[in-house]
Amino acid sequence: MEMLRRMLGLLAGDPQADRAVPPTGFTARLTLMSAAAMAFLAVFALAMSLATGRLADRWSEELARTSTLRISAPADQMQAQTAAAVEVLRTTPGVAEARPLTAEEQRALLEPWFGPDLPVETLPIPQLIEIIEEGEGYDPAGLRARLQAEVPGAILDDHGRWREPLVQAAGRLRLLAWVSIGLIALTTAAMITLAANAALAANAQVIRVMRLVGARDVYIARAFVRRFTLRALVGAAVGTVLGLLAVLALPSTDVAGGFLTGLGFQGWHWLWPLTIPPLAALVSFFATRQAALRSLGEQS
Amino acid sequence: MIELDNVAYSYGGGELFSSVTLSLPPGSFHFLTGPSGAGKTTLLKLCYGELTATAGQVRLFGQDTRSLGRDDIAQLRRRIGVVHQDCQFLDHLPVAENIALPLTVAGRDGAPEDLEDLLGWVGLRRQAGQLPPELSGGERQRAALARAVIMSPDVILADEPTGNVDWDMSQRLLTLLIELNRMGKTVLIATHDLSLIRAAKSEVEARVLRLKDRRIQAAGANL
Ligand SMILES: Nc1ncnc2c1ncn2[C@@H]1O[C@H](COP(=O)(O)OP(=O)(O)OP(=O)(O)O)[C@@H](O)[C@H]1O
Ligand SMILES: [Mg+2]
Repeated sequence: MEMLRRMLGLLAGDPQADRAVPPTGFTARLTLMSAAAMAFLAVFALAMSLATGRLADRWSEELARTSTLRISAPADQMQAQTAAAVEVLRTTPGVAEARPLTAEEQRALLEPWFGPDLPVETLPIPQLIEIIEEGEGYDPAGLRARLQAEVPGAILDDHGRWREPLVQAAGRLRLLAWVSIGLIALTTAAMITLAANAALAANAQVIRVMRLVGARDVYIARAFVRRFTLRALVGAAVGTVLGLLAVLALPSTDVAGGFLTGLGFQGWHWLWPLTIPPLAALVSFFATRQAALRSLGEQS
Repeated sequence: MIELDNVAYSYGGGELFSSVTLSLPPGSFHFLTGPSGAGKTTLLKLCYGELTATAGQVRLFGQDTRSLGRDDIAQLRRRIGVVHQDCQFLDHLPVAENIALPLTVAGRDGAPEDLEDLLGWVGLRRQAGQLPPELSGGERQRAALARAVIMSPDVILADEPTGNVDWDMSQRLLTLLIELNRMGKTVLIATHDLSLIRAAKSEVEARVLRLKDRRIQAAGANL
């Protein structure tokens, strides 16, 4: 809180004090540009982390709550086995609903590979039963044992095998996105430190004169910190706006389809990028302060 | 106010002076003379904490400078007005802002009329808006004197304040310094200009110190 108040006071500033340090076009442009570029990248990293987060949640949610029972049996036993399986499932705790897919649905599943007009009925393909779970879900081992006894042709696919790696991958992507955001913050701090050091070195004589007339270290540091913080704020704001425009201009979910489901912000997540400029200002504040106080200590 | 106790200063090239003992009591008026390169500027730098003595003790307002941090020195400098031999301005700021700089860095707002008066007092009203590099040497020295006194310091250290001005102007600057001394300020002027010292002697009770052959000595009547 105290820090925040100091920062706000700093930005409100003392224009008189600020004039003591001459404007430096070069470091000003450098700071503005790098802050803008880093904010632009941060918008994408943020979008990525939010999107992969959503993806991981949805996948684990959907996959955890549905599974499939596959019945492979001679054509004449198919009906009976399907009915038996549905009966078993109906009496299994944790199963909300068990529904054999219709011929049309099965055809739709196969269509991408075999094209339309496939005579599903005449082919010896397995019957699929969709299971929707409730509560904690069912116990797969127990269900398998019961099915083995009563419906020999049934194979339970609880998605567990391939659910894990998918959710893991999404989680990993999300982690990478956060690591990127961290690296972007570090890089911003490094660049601002370099620019601040350049400005401090270029103004060694100004600093000397300010000292001679009785300026204390914090006062001199403040003139630099204020500048760099403002520049980082403005640059990051520009970069954030550009990044958001670029995200908006991404092809819509339907067009991009499947994997890239909505790399973008949804609902109140649009507020997240708004934190980028203030965070950039914060990073710049500490980076410049650190650089200034250290260099003033050395120049004594 | 300022006391030097058996002070020596040496640098890479050797010892500049040693065994310098000197005291500037409140309200005193001193001249410091000596050949060029004797170390007058260096001695003044010890007196406002820009350099540290290599031996002996320098006390500013009773405090040993070796025990003071940078910020403490900065604080003390607000009570010591210095006219630097090379002026030391911020070249990108107008003269008026340079003169007001000690107030600015101390976070004080001087009354605009006071600044106006001061500018008139050193004859720089017309040049107030100009940048320091655009001024003549004498104008810069007057601006430096104005900056040295704007905080109403207890002590004024002036290094060759009349080096670049004509006789009339140097008389005027001297009168200003004598005026300040009468108001109770402690004044030390480093100068080669013996005629300035003679002119002052008729107005004020001034002690003359001579820095020569690595020692400081009180100069006799025969300047
Ligand atoms: N740190 C240092 N390194 C090298 N030389 C130094 C250093 N400090 C002082 N000197 C030398 O000490 C001498 C004294 O310098 P100073 O400026 O104090 O003399 P001064 O009496 O003010 O001379 P002037 O009357 O010409 O202004 C000079 O020759 C200067 O080169
Ligand atoms: Mg000198």
